[in-house]
Amino acid sequence: MTETVTANGFKLDTSGQRVVVDPICRIEGHLRIEVNLDDEQVIQNAVSTGNMWRGLEVILKGRDPRDAWAFTERICGVCTGVHALTSVRAVEDALKIQIPANANHIRNLMMLAQYTQDHLVHFYHLHALDWVDVVSALKADPKATSELQQSISPWPKSSPGYFRDTQARLKRFVESGQLGPFSNAYWGSPAYKLPPEANLMAVTHYLEALDFQREIVKIHTIFGGRNPHPNWVVGGMPCSFSLDGTGGINMEWLNLVSSIIDRSITFIDQVYIPDLKAIASFYKDWGFGGGLSSQNLLSYGDFPIVANDRSLENMMMPGGAIINGDLSKVHDVDVRDPEQIQEFVTHSWYEYPDENKGLHPWDGITEPHFELGPNAKGSKTNIEQIDENAKYSFIKAPRWRGHAMEVGPLARYVVAYARGNEEIKEQVDGLLHDLDLPLSALFSTLGRTAARGLECSWAAHKMRTVFDSMMANLKAGDTATANMDMWEPSSWPTDVKGVGYGEAPRGSLGHWIHIKDSKIENYQAVVPTTWNASPRDPAGNIGAYEAALLGTPVANADQPLEILRTIHSFDPCLACSTHVMSPDGEELATVKVR
Amino acid sequence: MPVDSDVDTLILGIGNILWADEGFGVRCVEALNARYEFDDHVRLMDGGTQGLFLLPWVSHVSRLLIFDAIDFGLKPGELRVILDDDVPQYMGAKKVSMHQTGFQEVLMSARLLNEQPQQRALIGVQPEQLDDYGGSLRDGTRQRIPEALSRACTLLDEWGVAYRERATPLDVLDLIGPGELEMSTYELGRPQ
Repeated sequence: MTETVTANGFKLDTSGQRVVVDPICRIEGHLRIEVNLDDEQVIQNAVSTGNMWRGLEVILKGRDPRDAWAFTERICGVCTGVHALTSVRAVEDALKIQIPANANHIRNLMMLAQYTQDHLVHFYHLHALDWVDVVSALKADPKATSELQQSISPWPKSSPGYFRDTQARLKRFVESGQLGPFSNAYWGSPAYKLPPEANLMAVTHYLEALDFQREIVKIHTIFGGRNPHPNWVVGGMPCSFSLDGTGGINMEWLNLVSSIIDRSITFIDQVYIPDLKAIASFYKDWGFGGGLSSQNLLSYGDFPIVANDRSLENMMMPGGAIINGDLSKVHDVDVRDPEQIQEFVTHSWYEYPDENKGLHPWDGITEPHFELGPNAKGSKTNIEQIDENAKYSFIKAPRWRGHAMEVGPLARYVVAYARGNEEIKEQVDGLLHDLDLPLSALFSTLGRTAARGLECSWAAHKMRTVFDSMMANLKAGDTATANMDMWEPSSWPTDVKGVGYGEAPRGSLGHWIHIKDSKIENYQAVVPTTWNASPRDPAGNIGAYEAALLGTPVANADQPLEILRTIHSFDPCLACSTHVMSPDGEELATVKVR
Repeated sequence: MPVDSDVDTLILGIGNILWADEGFGVRCVEALNARYEFDDHVRLMDGGTQGLFLLPWVSHVSRLLIFDAIDFGLKPGELRVILDDDVPQYMGAKKVSMHQTGFQEVLMSARLLNEQPQQRALIGVQPEQLDDYGGSLRDGTRQRIPEALSRACTLLDEWGVAYRERATPLDVLDLIGPGELEMSTYELGRPQ
């Protein structure tokens, strides 16, 4: 039997040609995708494998809980701040530490800045090139490009001369033979649909965004002290304010933050959002990649308005779970409940005493056990084909009440929409109206991409709200940034558990900690990519990546642009490299997954 | 502090200190900082595995010195110095790990913005072992740190960048990374 139906309702057929895409991603180590294509080149089975062990849990055992953030910051080269924040939150939760109002404001500002910068960079420097043909931009008419730009946005950099200069600069770069970030792509593929002028406009904004994103990073530098790895502290934030300018963060720097926020709002609303709409309007018929998004979505919610209160009403981004696509009911999520979040390893390269049961992260076990299934091809050091009926990934399979869930900006947006959040409803309805699309269009690769863009704008505007609240608090005389009452381990209980959780740009992130005799007894991180890239579970549910790839036609197996589009829409990593191999393992092409 | 324009020289260690020899670059900058003092226009940085986050610091200096673990196809522990236009090519030639692709893109992005440092140098070592998560440098790699430092000093001399032996030992406030990740502390804390 090659045809089956999964527990979560997806039809799989493994009879067709197998294609292996082996991108190397840094978030979870390496990521590999295998698909089966039918006679019409449509994906009928997809297998997501993380093929590098992430042993963070083991590294942290026995260390000082107050240092854990510095280690977790090194898990990944993109999400430094979110891991550090989640780690200090876990320790604060365990020790019942209340943080000052300013610390909450600064953390919110730093995370919102991270959303803004990360989403912007993801769109222009990773994902846009799945839709935008750089080489075609060389053929564009600068005058027509200028007209196009002026028809969609008031952004001032729009003269024919400006686009002519950019085009000439691009041409010199291409002719030098060093395409750099633009090398190894599928330029000229029929899957690209934009006219040359739209391509030139988007590539020009690629350069502008590259320049502008450096400004947003300064917010991290100002509040985090050291760069590129900001400082954090259990109990608050390690920076200090001095509005009169005697050391610490002064008015000059705060004014700089305020100006960066204003410029971020303008850039995103006048460049990113109009580009997103313009590009999307040419791909309205490419409705693939929905996967789990029309069924099961999860968000922990984040950005507490008032410090130390994680209630639903206090979250700028409300959390919850949607099951079976029923938007009329949003379920509350309790990360402490052992029945809600569980990780399974039946198909993961780990060992549990009982392989058919899931474990809540507080009871989590990270015991690696690498073995290939009986139907795998190749060897342990050179896997040619995965056997997905056996263990096949170093990523565990997290489930919420037994359901495979999608996390990320689309999940957050659908949950917030279903919760009736006015700001988000207005954004979503406005975009769908402008593009003349129904709500169901959100449940797709492009929907994921659109939600990320809207959220980038949301985050930039929220930076303004948070900054103003922080300034009001500072001007009222409260300059405290950290609560160090519980700093000394002698003040701690001997055996406690805590959880830090929130929403990283890529989705729901949780760190569960068990502290015993002032040392880390157990530490488990369930990261966004664990949810999205998860392998199957004992019930047979497939994860978000696997589900999203099903049903997608691939025009040319040697150039799996369609697979990359959908995987990129989840934002797996900043810089990845992909090898595309034929069924016999021969390397056909090397592409860049930016 | 925000990016300041008076810094014209960046000495950058890149790599993941949690992956054995991958930490070489960061450990070199740490050692350089422990031994020497520099003027204010020189910035030493633990770049970790950060990609585009490094662009603001890379794109406005005129001199860039990078320490890293690179697969040159040499014997483990061998050291090599690469200059100027050869730097990005080497970083992309054979990837030991993804941060090199990331960093190569940082250099290319700086070039796209017409803000590439005029002088660039890479001091790289051929790693011995990478897949020991939570481990530290292997002996053969660790022993190359003094040589890497002396090659760096030669380059700085050529560039006319001054440095002085520290008169008093490094203060904790001068560390370039969090104290708990400093090499000896990191190694002591490894679980058995």
